[in-house]
This record gives sequence, structure tokens and C-alpha cells, in this order.
Amino acid sequence: MAAPPKTAGPQKTSANPLSPRERMKVPRQHMPEQPAELRVLNFTEVNLGYSPELARQEALRCLQCAKPTCTNHCPVGVKVREFVELIVLGDFLGAAAKIREDNVLPAVTGRVCPQEDHCEGSCLMHKKVESLGIGYLERFVADYEQQHLDMGSVRKAPPTGKKVAIVGSGPSGLTAAGDLVQKGHGVRVFEALHEVGGVLIYGIPEFRLPKKIIREQVAYMRAMGVEFETDVVVGRTVTIDELFEEEGFDAVFIGTGAGLPVFMNIPGEHLNGVYSANEFLTRINLMHAYEFPRYDEPMVDFRNQDVAVIGGGNTALDAIRSARRLGARKAYILYRRSEAEMPARIEEVKHAKQEGIDVQVLTNPIEFLSDGKGWLNSVRCMRMKLGEPDASGRRRPLPIAGSEFEIPLSVAVIAIGTSANPIVQSTTPGLKTNKWGYIDADLNTQRTSRKGVFAGGDIVTGSATVILAMGAGRRAAKSIDEYLTTGEW
Amino acid sequence: MFKIANAEFIAPGIKRFVIEAPRIARKHKPGQFVILRLYEQGERIPLTIERCDPERGTINIVVQSVGKTTHLLNALTTGESILDVVGPLGKPSEIGMFGTVVVMGGGVGTAMAYPTAAALKRAGNRVISIVGARNKELVILETEMGEVSDVLMVTTDDGSYADKGFVTDKLRQLIENGTRIDLVLAVGPIPMMKAVAEVTRPANIRTIVSLNPIMIDGTGMCGGCRVLIDGKSEFACVDGPEFEAHRVNFDVLIQRNSMYREPERKSMEGFRQDPEAQLELVRAGEGDPCPIKGGR
Repeated sequence: MAAPPKTAGPQKTSANPLSPRERMKVPRQHMPEQPAELRVLNFTEVNLGYSPELARQEALRCLQCAKPTCTNHCPVGVKVREFVELIVLGDFLGAAAKIREDNVLPAVTGRVCPQEDHCEGSCLMHKKVESLGIGYLERFVADYEQQHLDMGSVRKAPPTGKKVAIVGSGPSGLTAAGDLVQKGHGVRVFEALHEVGGVLIYGIPEFRLPKKIIREQVAYMRAMGVEFETDVVVGRTVTIDELFEEEGFDAVFIGTGAGLPVFMNIPGEHLNGVYSANEFLTRINLMHAYEFPRYDEPMVDFRNQDVAVIGGGNTALDAIRSARRLGARKAYILYRRSEAEMPARIEEVKHAKQEGIDVQVLTNPIEFLSDGKGWLNSVRCMRMKLGEPDASGRRRPLPIAGSEFEIPLSVAVIAIGTSANPIVQSTTPGLKTNKWGYIDADLNTQRTSRKGVFAGGDIVTGSATVILAMGAGRRAAKSIDEYLTTGEW
Repeated sequence: MFKIANAEFIAPGIKRFVIEAPRIARKHKPGQFVILRLYEQGERIPLTIERCDPERGTINIVVQSVGKTTHLLNALTTGESILDVVGPLGKPSEIGMFGTVVVMGGGVGTAMAYPTAAALKRAGNRVISIVGARNKELVILETEMGEVSDVLMVTTDDGSYADKGFVTDKLRQLIENGTRIDLVLAVGPIPMMKAVAEVTRPANIRTIVSLNPIMIDGTGMCGGCRVLIDGKSEFACVDGPEFEAHRVNFDVLIQRNSMYREPERKSMEGFRQDPEAQLELVRAGEGDPCPIKGGR
């Protein structure tokens, strides 16, 4: 038996019948998933989700730390210990409500968060056994809530009479909107595309984050009182100044996300068959090109073709796994560093390998070669070795002389990152940007150089993760609420 | 949904739509375009704005039936609606006092050249317009172009109306006659714009073309519309659509625009088999999860 909860370590609670030692002996509950050989034939979700029994079994493992490191390591500060205890008690709706106090998109983060970098990576159990499956549990209660919650019961806060415009409906914008509407502020979210969700819609594929989930989370936010207006490119259709002066908004949050795709600037990038990851994934996810001809947006025919994606992040893995599902014969990841440096979630790399993706590390493309008719025929690459750490702290890849080789390919997708989209910045006088063109914002208050204008997410930090963008949206909402309440800048 | 206030054919297969889109009408400048989507299963296509009426809150687009989406669009009539219209996108045309400007419109491109021609005229330029089409029936906006031009020339490929020949023949004549030309603006099919560039290059006349690559979002996000300008990638949706013609690699544009020829053919075939069923999907207007749109 453990000592009483004087320390930061595990405690026994009334809810959990197991002693901390017994809890450590329960194995981490496996996430049921579609078998790899089946799922490469469809776009439906890979992970199938916990049953209530599995969820409760997993929840029993939680050590219920007095000072939970998981919450401290969560960018939005989800009260993990409390929601997991509610699962043990069988109060799944209560657990969902507990998460919602800090996270308006639990069904999203439960699926796409890199838990190993945040809550699960800091879990005390992680030192001895596998960490608590916090992401799986979060997903379980979020899905349970979606199936069982009556939207009519969603409570609206008393209105403050203030109006906030949110530019962009991705993770940071949705989070800010959700937090602000709960304070009673009038919130309208502007989206450039025809569907709400930003990168959650156009970027992350159906097999990892079903569109239905986003639509349900958005419906929940509508029930809370958030208004959404699609087909508005702020900066073009309406400017930030006009939102203040003509449409009566009292504050604006800019969460326009990662902007322009970065190309490699190597020969042959204009060949047919060479895509940016943004275009490739937008065609598939937003435009449903994988359902052509039922949907009109076309895609090149991948059946029996060889495909490579260049890059090692989640976007790269989403792209190559999509290509696999479209019938690609050989499917490569070409990454210039080693697997240890790959920024992708561990689970995604695991799933990709199960699906037969050939991960070629220490490999860098130097030229795309044509078939003579304007179409990609192969990619010439060099092998790399790792040198001293660079500015990012990761070891710098260096080319190995004489290591050039060719890979025959029909399609290549470039997933090496993005740069700042200038539309909002260039049409908003007085809005300061940094040398890369991202918006200058205080990283605690998310305030910009313009009074009443706040910014957060990838448009401030450059490409990062859904949860970090949500953290920024959350900080912005808090600081917008303070500004609207006090009027002080 | 964006209501069609009026729709009428102005030539065989070419229809002018007046669409209620107040936000866009208020912000539009010559040279800019919109992207529209007709129904839940539809693709997004870019179309240049012909003119707008900020008071009434309407924009005009001129559409030629080419593929499935434009055929579906041109089947819609006054009082019906378009699911999504977003804009105005792209950089506006550079309007200034250049001196003598030759504005060239090829086919439906004339509708896109028109607002810029009008703005150039208002800015005090001498405007010489050259309008070309395959045949008499396809000559559009002749009256409108005449109103904003000091000189208007018309050509038809088959000689069924006005002068037989191409717009480039007229341009060449102007140059050979020693007409002072300070700027040429050409909007039309890619081969026409490429030919114009080749005529003005030796004469060293600054030439602007409006490019129409494949595009999805129109905000710079996807990079599908990248064009080679002086050997460097630029995005037509945010850096264009207008570019200096002598810097454009037209061959790469032609090659990239051919990328989906096969699926486009398949789409068109499917449409031809049962146009009414396809149109029914558009008219049903189902699956619109976002009732508030940027138009109002």
C-alpha cells in the first residue's frame, strides 16, 4: 500500500478499488483497430475506439497523482486525473464535461494529439511501464458524449453584448470561439473555404479524423451560440479594419494557420504528378477526390503506380497513407534525417509501416525527372548522414558524395513545410510581422501590435500541432475576455 | 446560397450571370476573380468577375460551357442559386496612366478584359481594343468594349464577321504601322496569350496576361496554381492572376493544365449520359452545413 497523498506521487481514491501497485500491473489496454490489410482498401477510421469496459479498465490504471504532471504538460490544461476518475465511476458524460472545461475539441485531440510529447510523455507510469492511455480515454468520452448528449441541453452563457470576430476555423479559432462564447461574448467565425474546420477538414484524412467528428463538434459549438460564416477570405472579402469599423466587432482573433506550401526548388517540380502536400490532401479530404467520379474533383490514377512523399511529419504520413488507399503499388516516405528525428506521431509511423509504407530515411531528393511528355518518371536522390546539431537542435543531414540513385515514380508529394500566408498581414495596416512574415504576437496574451487584434496558432509560430494551436486559442480567449471586460490594452 | 438575380445567354454556350454577393461586389476591383462551387459533390472553379454593382450588391460572371461544371452552371437560370461563391480573389489589375494601351480579348476572355479596359480608359489612357472569336456568333461584349475604347477592332477566325484572322494579326499591324504602344493586356486562351507575348517581345512592349491554371482554394494554400515566372514558382491565385507575359513559361502552363484531361473527359461523359440527374443534385442544394455565407 502506498503512503497517504503527502507527495506528488500516486494516491488511492475512493473510486478506484486497486492499490497503486496493482494498477501498475494492469497492462495498457490495446486500441482496437482495423487490420492493416483491410484498412489500406478504405478511408474509414483506423482506430475503432474503446468500449466502455476497455475504457474503465484503462482508467483503473491511473495513479491519481496529487500533482498531476499530465495536466501541466497539456497545452490546454485538461484535468486528466479528474476526468479519468469519473470514467472509473462510470460517469462518462461527467468525464466529457470535465474535459470540456479546458478543451472544446476533445474528439479531435483524442485522435490527433501527439500525446507522447505532452500528457502521456510526462505520465509517472511511463518511467516503469507504458503510460496511461490518456488520448484513448479522451477519445472514448468525447465519442460517448457525441452519441448520448442532447444538444438541446447545451447551456448558453448570459450575453455580455460584446462581439468577437474569429478569422479562420481551424483548431486555434475553434478553441478561442468555444472559450469566448462560454463567457457570453457574441462570436462569429469567418472561414475562407466552404466547410468549417480548417486543417482538420482539408488536412487530416478521414481514416485518422472522420469529417463527421468535426461536423458534430461544430454543431455543438453552434448550439453554444457560435456563428460561422463560410466563403469569406478576410483580407479580400472583408478587411480587419472593416470588421471593427463597419461590422461592430470589439476584438478580432487571427488564426489563419499555416499558409503557403514550401517547395524544394529543385529541377522538375513543375512536372505533372508533383504535388504539394496541401494540394494533394485538400483534393482528397476537402474535395473528396478519392470518391471520383461521384465527386467532381479529379486526382491522378494511383492504381499500380509508385508514389513517394517527401518529409517526415504527420502531413507526410497522412499523404502517403492516402496514396496507399488510392491503390499505390510502392509507397515511399523519403526523409532526409533518421527516424529518431521524424516529427510525426509515433502511432502514425507505426500504422504506416503496418500498411507497407517503405520509409527511406537519410534520403534527400535532388531532381524530378520527366518521361519526356511532361509527367514525372522518377526522382533522383542522395543518401545523407547526420552531422552536428543545427538550429532546431536536431542533427543536421549532410549529403554523402557519390550516393546518387533514382527511384521510379509516377507521383511525388512534397511535405516539407509551409510559409506564412500574407493575405491578412498585407491588408491590415499596423499589424507587425516577424522576418518570416508570421504575425508578431505576445506568446502569453496572444496580443498583436494592433489594439483589439489577437493572433495564435501556426500564423504566429509557423507549422506546429493541433494542440499547440488550441493552446494559443485558449490563451487568446482568456486575454480577449480580459480586454473586453476592462477595456485596457 | 448565392441567388442568381439574372442569367442570360449572350452567345451560344456563353452565359452571363448576375449573382447576389454584396460583400464581393463591394470589394471587387478589375482583374480579380471568384471561385464557385455548385453543389456538395462539386469542384471549385475560378471565374473572372466581368463587372459588379456595389449598390445592388451583385457581381457578373460570364461562363462558357466547356466541362461538366460549366455545363451545369450554364443550365441554371434566374432565381436559382449557387452553393458557394468566394472572392474577390487575386491581385487587382495594375491601373495607371500608361499612354496607349492595347487590350486584347480572345473568346470569353473578352469578358475578363472588359473591366480592366474600362478602368484603363477612366485612368486617361488611349485604349485600343482588339476582340477576337472563332466566328460571328461567339463575338461578345462588342458594344461594351466599344464604349470604353478609342479604337475597337474585331477579328473572327473564319471571317464570318469583321476581319478574318487572329487578334495577333491586328496587333502585328499596329506595331508595323509604327503605332506607339505603351502596354498590351491580353486575356484569352493560352495559345493566344502565348502568341501575343511572342509578337510584343521583339518590339519590347510591356505585356500583361491573365493566367488560368488549375486552382482549388484560391488563397495560396494549395500551390496547385503554381506557374513558372522567370523560372521561379509563383501562385496565380495570390501573386496573379496577371503576370508579365515575357516572363511566363506558357509551355509548362499548357502541360499542367492538361493534367486531368482524362478524368475531365470522364466527368463530361457522365454528365452527358444523364444531365437532368446531375442538375437535380445542384438544384436540391442539399448537404449545405453552413447556412451563413460570405455573400451577405
